[in-house]
Formats: sequence, C-alpha cells, structure tokens
Amino acid sequence: MSLRISTAPHMHNPLTTQRLMQYVFIALLPTAAWGVYAFGLKALLVLILSMASAVLAEYLWQLIAKQPVRIKDFSALVTGLILGLNLPATAPWWMVVVGSVFAVIVVKQLFGGLGDNFLNPAMAARAVLLASWPVHMTSSAFVSPTFFKAGVDAVSAATPLSAKSATLMELFLGQIPGTIGEVSKAAILLGFLFLLITGTISWRIPVVMTGSVFLFSLLIGGMTPEAALMATLSGGVLFGAVFMATDYVTSPITPLAQVFYACMIGLIIVLIRTFGSYPEGVTYGILLMNIATPLIDRFLPRKIYGHQKEAKKA
Amino acid sequence: MLTKTFKRGIHPLHNMHEGKGQTRDLKTREYVSDTVVISMAMNIGAPAKPCVKKGDHVDIGQVIGEAQGFMSVPVHASVSGEVVAVDSIPSLGAGNVQAVTIKNDFADTWVELKPLGSVEKVDPSLVVPAIQAAGITGMGGASFPTHVKLTFQAGATCDTIIVNGAECETHLTADYRLMLENSTRIVDGLRAVMRALNVKKGVIGIEDNKPEAITAMINASKGREGVSIRPLKTKYPQGGEKQLIEAITGRQVPSGGLPIAAHVVVLNVGTCAAIADAIIDGKPLISRICTVTGCVRKPANLLLRIGTITEDVIGECGGYSETPGKVVFGGMMTGICIPNDQMPIFKSTNGIVVLNEQQSRSKDESPCIHCGRCVAACPIGLNPYQIKVAADKSDFAAAEKLHVMDCILCGSCAYQCPSRRWLTPSFKYCKDHITAEAKAKAAAAAAAKGGNK
Repeated sequence: MSLRISTAPHMHNPLTTQRLMQYVFIALLPTAAWGVYAFGLKALLVLILSMASAVLAEYLWQLIAKQPVRIKDFSALVTGLILGLNLPATAPWWMVVVGSVFAVIVVKQLFGGLGDNFLNPAMAARAVLLASWPVHMTSSAFVSPTFFKAGVDAVSAATPLSAKSATLMELFLGQIPGTIGEVSKAAILLGFLFLLITGTISWRIPVVMTGSVFLFSLLIGGMTPEAALMATLSGGVLFGAVFMATDYVTSPITPLAQVFYACMIGLIIVLIRTFGSYPEGVTYGILLMNIATPLIDRFLPRKIYGHQKEAKKA
Repeated sequence: MLTKTFKRGIHPLHNMHEGKGQTRDLKTREYVSDTVVISMAMNIGAPAKPCVKKGDHVDIGQVIGEAQGFMSVPVHASVSGEVVAVDSIPSLGAGNVQAVTIKNDFADTWVELKPLGSVEKVDPSLVVPAIQAAGITGMGGASFPTHVKLTFQAGATCDTIIVNGAECETHLTADYRLMLENSTRIVDGLRAVMRALNVKKGVIGIEDNKPEAITAMINASKGREGVSIRPLKTKYPQGGEKQLIEAITGRQVPSGGLPIAAHVVVLNVGTCAAIADAIIDGKPLISRICTVTGCVRKPANLLLRIGTITEDVIGECGGYSETPGKVVFGGMMTGICIPNDQMPIFKSTNGIVVLNEQQSRSKDESPCIHCGRCVAACPIGLNPYQIKVAADKSDFAAAEKLHVMDCILCGSCAYQCPSRRWLTPSFKYCKDHITAEAKAKAAAAAAAKGGNK
C-alpha cells in the first residue's frame, strides 16, 4: 500500500483567497444596488461593462502570457466592480473599458499579477481616467439620482464638496450626485459590517482613515465639527476607506503599521482638499500611501520571541 | 478560571468535540501484537546499537540496544519472545535505521527489575542515571533524551520544572487520557525530577478545554510539595515549549537557546509518568498511550508496546473506514507522514491519524495576497510571507536575516494562509539547509585546524 507523504501541517483553515474575494464582492453589492437604484439602468451597464472587460482582460493576458488562468479567483471581477463603482453613471463605454484594461493589464499584470501590484489597480485606473478625461470624471459628469430630483439625467449638479447643498441625512443615505458607488454611506457601512463579520478585514484602516479625515479637517482645514463631518461623508472617503485602502496587497500588515498608513491617508486627503487645486484627495491619498506600504512594512520593527534582550542592548 | 497564554496563535479544531471528540471519552485499553519491530533510532542523538542476535530469547525490559554515548539511550524489548531479525527498516527521516524484530511468545516474562522505591525517598543522585537506563526520551513528540535535558552545564540554574499537559495538537487525546487515568504517576515523576535537581517549584500546564484533566491533576497534586496546576488558554501552539514557558513563567527562551537559559525544564506528562515507572517499579520505557483516530472504524486510545506495527494497530481499531490517503504519526499540525503502514510506532508516537484521499490531496499554491494572516498567527512574531519570498529564491542568507532559525515549525502560518502557500515546509527546508551548512563549515574549520597541527 502506498501512502501520500507531505510536510506538516496536514490541515488548513477553510478560508481561501477565492472565498475572501467573494466576500469583498458580496460586500460591494449593497453599494452597487443603491447605485443602480439611484442612477438607473445606465449605472448597471457601466458596472457590467467594467466587470466584463476586467475579467476578459485578465483571461486574455494570462492566455497570451502562458500563465495559469486565475480568473476564477474573483480578483479581476472585484477590481472591475470597484472601478465601475468609482465612475459616474454617465461614463462613456469606451472610457469604462480603457479603465478596466488599464487596471488589470498595466497596474496588475505588468507588475507580476495578483499580489505583486504596488498600487490598487482600480484606484490607479481611476487616477488615469481622471487625468485623461476630467470632463467625464468630475462634477460636470455627475447627475442627481433619478428619483430624487425631477430633473433626471441631463441635469448636472455640483458635488457637495464644492457647493454644500445636501443635508447630512441626504449625504448619509446617498441622495446626492456622485460616482455610482460612493454616494450611499449607509450601503457602504452595510458592506463594511459584512467584511468585519466575515473577518475579511480589520476595523483599523477604515475607522482610522475616516477618523483622521474628520480630525484633520478640524485641525488643518479649520472647519466647524459639522462641516468636518460633512467633509468626511463627502466624496469617496468612506468608499475608499472600506473598499480601496483596505486592499491587502497594497496596505501594510501589522496593526501599528495599518494605523499609521490610514492616518497618513487622512492627512493627505485633507491637505489636498485644503491646499490643492484639485478636489481628488481620496484617490491620491490612497495611491501615495500604497507606494509607501512596502517601506512601512519593512521599517516598523516587530518584537520577535527571544530577541527582546538583544534589542535593549543594541 | 484564571488562564494564561502566549501572544498570537491560532484555533484549529479547538473545541473538544471537533477532532479530539472521536476519542476523548474512550478509556485506554492495552493491545499487544504478535510481532514488534523495535527501531534503534528513537531519540535525537546517536542511535542505539543492537546487542541481541537472531534466535536469542528476550524477556520484557531486556536491553536489546545499547546507548552510544551521552546523547543516546538504550532500547528495551517490549515483549518477551524470540528475536527473529536484526536488520534495517526505513526511517521517518532520510535513509534506514537498524531495528530488532521480536516474535511475541505471550509468556510476558520480565527481566529482573530493580525498583528504587518511593519518589519522595529515593537518593536524588540515582534519579537521572535511572532515567537514562530506562531509555526515556521526550514523549511529546520531539524524542530528546530526557537525562540530557536534566543534566546542566556549569553555571546553568533551574528554578521551575514545567510539565506539559497542554496537548494543543488536533485529534490527540493520549495525554488527556493519561492525566485522567494515571494522574498520580505524573505527579510522582515530576516530584522525582524536582528532588533530583533540587528544584522547589513544579507547574503542570493544561489547556482549559480539558477541565476534567485539570480537576484530576489538582486532586493528584494535593499535599505534594511545590506542585501546582496552571490552566492555560486553549490556543495552538500552547504546548510548544517556548509558548508554554512564556505562558507560565512570563519568561522567554533567548533566541537559539534551550529552556534552561530561562531557568526552566519542560517535560511532557507522558515522560513524567515514564520516569515514575522507572523509579518506583524499575520498569524501562516499553509501552505508551497512542490515540488512533481519523478514518478508522473504531477510534481508540491504545496502550501500545513500542514497536507495534501500524497495520496491526489499525486492524485492532477495526481497519480503515475509507481508503487512506495519508497516515500521520502525531497530530494534524506537526505530525509526520509515514510512507506505508508497516512502520512501527516509536517512543514518541502519541497518535496515529488516518486521513482519507480527499483530505490528503496536496493543495496548489496561489499567489500571496499580503493579507497578513500568517503574521497574525506566528507565535514567534516572524513575518512568514517575507521569509517565504527568500525561501522561494533559495536565498538562505536573507531567510536567516528574517530570523527563520527562530521558527518553531508549528504550522500556524501555513494553516491560516488563504493562498495555501507552503510556508512551513519552506521554512523547514531553510532551517535544515542552514543547519547543515553550519555543520559543514564547523567540520571544515575543524579539519583545517587539524591540518595545521
């Protein structure tokens, strides 16, 4: 009789990468559902197109590069969905495709594929689209939710950041113009709760990041507490904090490092919002700290068992 | 209940009803087979040398393999009968080892035993030699010769003997049953060692998912000088030597050092019971409790003679319940796969776990997604994902810089990894390579020195 042989351990936690990606996908669904409800069929088409082109781009790349095809791991699907949620419902179809392909091919695959990208693919793609076609990406492209103002699609409205017109409740529920995914804070929090319950992410990055945006808005932005709260709930802060800054690959690993990373994102967001001429604090805050992540991971020392005394001597 | 523990760690099947549930309530029963194959290499250090030949008659407890030096223990016949072969069998590591095969005559005749009497009255200086003569090695799995552990180099001091009753491995209940069924012997063994080393404090650490064992040991230790029971949090690897020491004393063993550097000696509960048998009855180590579980029809806790063949043990447990994929000596987290079921059990075989085909399938690695679960699990505080990058490139210097030599190979990181990366196997590879390289370097240096003379 022959038996298999392997080195221990002989059992694993049932949680796999695929399962984790599925959890993130599920956590994004409330946000996506609200986006489609608020912005109509057009939003649904943007989401489907961004997911389909992301998965197809990954599939074709892996086929051409003769790599094992890993589209079943859900990571390209999640990237596509997150990118779609970062776009306005009015985004032209070609821009959606360019964004997805850029995210998957340039940001992810060219740097080695899953796990080796140093920027969050969806965030980097958003930055590229923003720089290339600002008209399609910023407030001029944002429409009010269809059910909320009678004006419907054709009417463009300013984001609350530039003209503080929405109430706190409208901000929270998502009755405001914006990208498909960022508007409803309630839906985002629902997804956050799901990610916490399933143990997919820890609370640290989202909580510390939004907290630091609030705090720095008070301290640096010189806002009143109410205005700071509005600022925190405006734009993509919460969506970025829950779904983009927490990307495993591009965020630090140890608790202390995560707190530092999230704090710095908050600081950069407020600095850009206060002193910059560009309203895109969240995108660049997260991207800049993505780049700093390997450094943070390397330089925040850890206590290793049996090494304490040496450290004290040195 | 006030429990203590260490930092980080994991919870694989930590509820008693999972894994251990198959056997926890099964009383130990003895099983003796027709034939035993007794390996001469059951301890870390030099293997014993066979001192019987084919055709010899042996009694139980008779020395059949002589210790070769200080880092070695003798091997004893575990049944009475005729020696039918002295040959070599495959070892669990590399290459073959010598083994003595004895056909059991079921006469159960013992050699003449020389008991030393009560552990509270025995001459302390006789204890450690008696432990070596009885062939006792660490019975928790590591097989380190116990008398070596108890012999200190000049300047070393010990203030606490820790007895490991954590049994944090999955599936195994051998130590648990021993604590319930033979509590007094464990305390006797501990007392013998405390007296031999003139140590005033003895602590028995038990995970709090075994309250019955904690109660039994508390009762057995009543009125015994310096002995206390310490409930521990149920968490893997609570029974790891370094984690146990940290949980109980708050001290850490310095990197690269032995527990004695933290003024502690750690013994398994099974080892303690064997020590008591050696002192009180004069009996050498010829049998042990072994949990047989997983895909067998009738899981059991068996008192087995050393050298019992796995196939016979499985037969005693009703046979395989499914086609076996892997048969593991030890638990699921650190156990060793045996190549076939002709392998005999060793002094350290605390369990035989049979896995079915599906459980045995090797998992393909997928890319690391930097999720940090390995870092959150590592009881030592290493960054397993970084060491794996170095290991994949065979960059041993980088791995060493990342402290791979501090890795205890507990498997926690690999258990948690959602990408199923072969973390622990890679680290074992690194550690083996670095150790071998250091040895080769030392040998070369010694040779060069010799040449100069």
